[in-house]
Amino acid sequence: MQNSLGIIEPKYFTFAEPPDKLLLESGQKCGPITLAYETYGELNSDKSNVVLIVHALSGNAHAAGFHPEDKDPGWWDSMIGPGRAFDTKKYFVICSNVVGGCKGSTGPSSINPETNKPYGLDFPIITIGDMVNAQKYLIDHLGIERLLCVVGGSMGGMQVLQWVASYPYMVRCAIPIATTLKHSPQQIAFDEVGRQAIMADPDWREGNYYDQGQPEKGLAVARMIGHITYMSDKSMEEKFSRRLKEKNFSFEFKTDFEVEGYLRYRGDTFVKRFDANSYLYITKAMDYFDLSGDKMLQKGKPVETRFLVLAFQSDWLYPAYQSQEIVRQLKMRRVEATYCEIKSTYGHDAFLLEIEEETHLIKHFLDKTFRGYNILREL
Amino acid sequence: MTYRTVRLDHQIIYKIIEPGSRVLDLGCGEGDLIYFLAKEKAAKVQGIELSEEAIYKCVEKGLSVFHSDIDSGLTDYPGRSFDYVILNQSLQEVKKVDYVIKEALRVGKKVIVGFPNFAHIAARCRLFFSGKAPVTVSLPYHWYDTPNLHFLSTSDFKGYCDEKNIKVLDIFYLGKKKLIRFWPNLFAQNALFVINKP
Repeated sequence: MQNSLGIIEPKYFTFAEPPDKLLLESGQKCGPITLAYETYGELNSDKSNVVLIVHALSGNAHAAGFHPEDKDPGWWDSMIGPGRAFDTKKYFVICSNVVGGCKGSTGPSSINPETNKPYGLDFPIITIGDMVNAQKYLIDHLGIERLLCVVGGSMGGMQVLQWVASYPYMVRCAIPIATTLKHSPQQIAFDEVGRQAIMADPDWREGNYYDQGQPEKGLAVARMIGHITYMSDKSMEEKFSRRLKEKNFSFEFKTDFEVEGYLRYRGDTFVKRFDANSYLYITKAMDYFDLSGDKMLQKGKPVETRFLVLAFQSDWLYPAYQSQEIVRQLKMRRVEATYCEIKSTYGHDAFLLEIEEETHLIKHFLDKTFRGYNILREL
Repeated sequence: MTYRTVRLDHQIIYKIIEPGSRVLDLGCGEGDLIYFLAKEKAAKVQGIELSEEAIYKCVEKGLSVFHSDIDSGLTDYPGRSFDYVILNQSLQEVKKVDYVIKEALRVGKKVIVGFPNFAHIAARCRLFFSGKAPVTVSLPYHWYDTPNLHFLSTSDFKGYCDEKNIKVLDIFYLGKKKLIRFWPNLFAQNALFVINKP
């Protein structure tokens, strides 16, 4: 618990109250919208030390420290705190939940003020661009004009790239980790299988399940598929091999293998904390994401954002070639950028696990950016 | 780090490069050279390096570096993106030398190529008298553990430039501590060529 941030209070910000609803990329409008967020560290006097952390598909605003009821700290706790990669002695760290989520932000499980019932499928389809536009409201609300850094892995990385595309002048440095400029057919396919698992569950009821309880079986299967894609062949071999839960085969359709038990456990715990409709909406947002080609960097304008692009060797869900495609765009525009493909056997999960490597790179990169790139002349 | 304590080849490259130049270092290692150029010459520098450990060292220095091999590192840059592309002590390790030099000449207005001279007298003596593949100061490896895929002399590289219509703007022949003036292909341990494509 050394260097831990201790107990953290979640915060909420509501905006886009009718009639000033948020215009979404789909053309639909949504409001009011609440975003859950947390902050760690102190904002400095010229507001130049803000790090915005954006999360992955099943993440939330609780990136670090503990809630009173928590056994485990936030999802990126080992990266955030005094002396850590995002050093809260130096930086003011904000982690924002996404619109469409189910952890305190407005999403399909929220009450629709027009009907006083949960939105369900009446909730409009949202995109990564909409998520970022909503976060922009939060940043404006906090009186922050420029972000020192926007950072995130996986879908968080998509939001990072979207921030650069939508508000380039606001982002001094960007750290997209294990992510892509566009979802590939393989990534869309895995998401679609997850969605079909949810929608095939009779408990889904066209999304109107909030009185009866959610489609647990379908959502658990979706999560199990997800977990397979987050690991690598090697990490599964190391973690489970063919080890059995009991001494011998059961010769029944029980969980003979440890890997089966693990997936079931992951599925079962996930349905207790995540809304099935949110899973549909957020995976759809990821599938629609496409900043490929020259869509990320505005044409004809110099790019002042500095990049640190990170990928992991064994990540086959967001393979390194997708990060290299980001780098390709940066090279073509001669953007100051660093790319590192970190050795790891953890697969896509690596961005949550390879803490030492990430810390080393991010800590120095962030420090140099914070000090105004002038380090080379200072030393 | 001061001018006097840096390696001779780095000193010469330092002298060649004008202040404020855009520099790409192919195989930049831990970034000592580009760090020096950024710090002392306000050069805008970018490195390309294959070793993950070396990249950590570059990032510690505040340098921008891409994790990639040299052979594939150049393709995405628009033509004449850099004032100088540096290929110092890395040419002999690339797979497709001809392609890399062509790409470097496209991406950079000038290219600085530095390599160990295989025809140095120590290498010649070892080959001639002991009948063994040379192991010298600038070629310190055994035949079985060398990263060098290509062995060339300063005369070889001159010939190559002639054949490919590459303009040689300057040549520096390096001894252990100072430049070599006489019989360079015999006495130079390393050579630095400044070339461009007219």
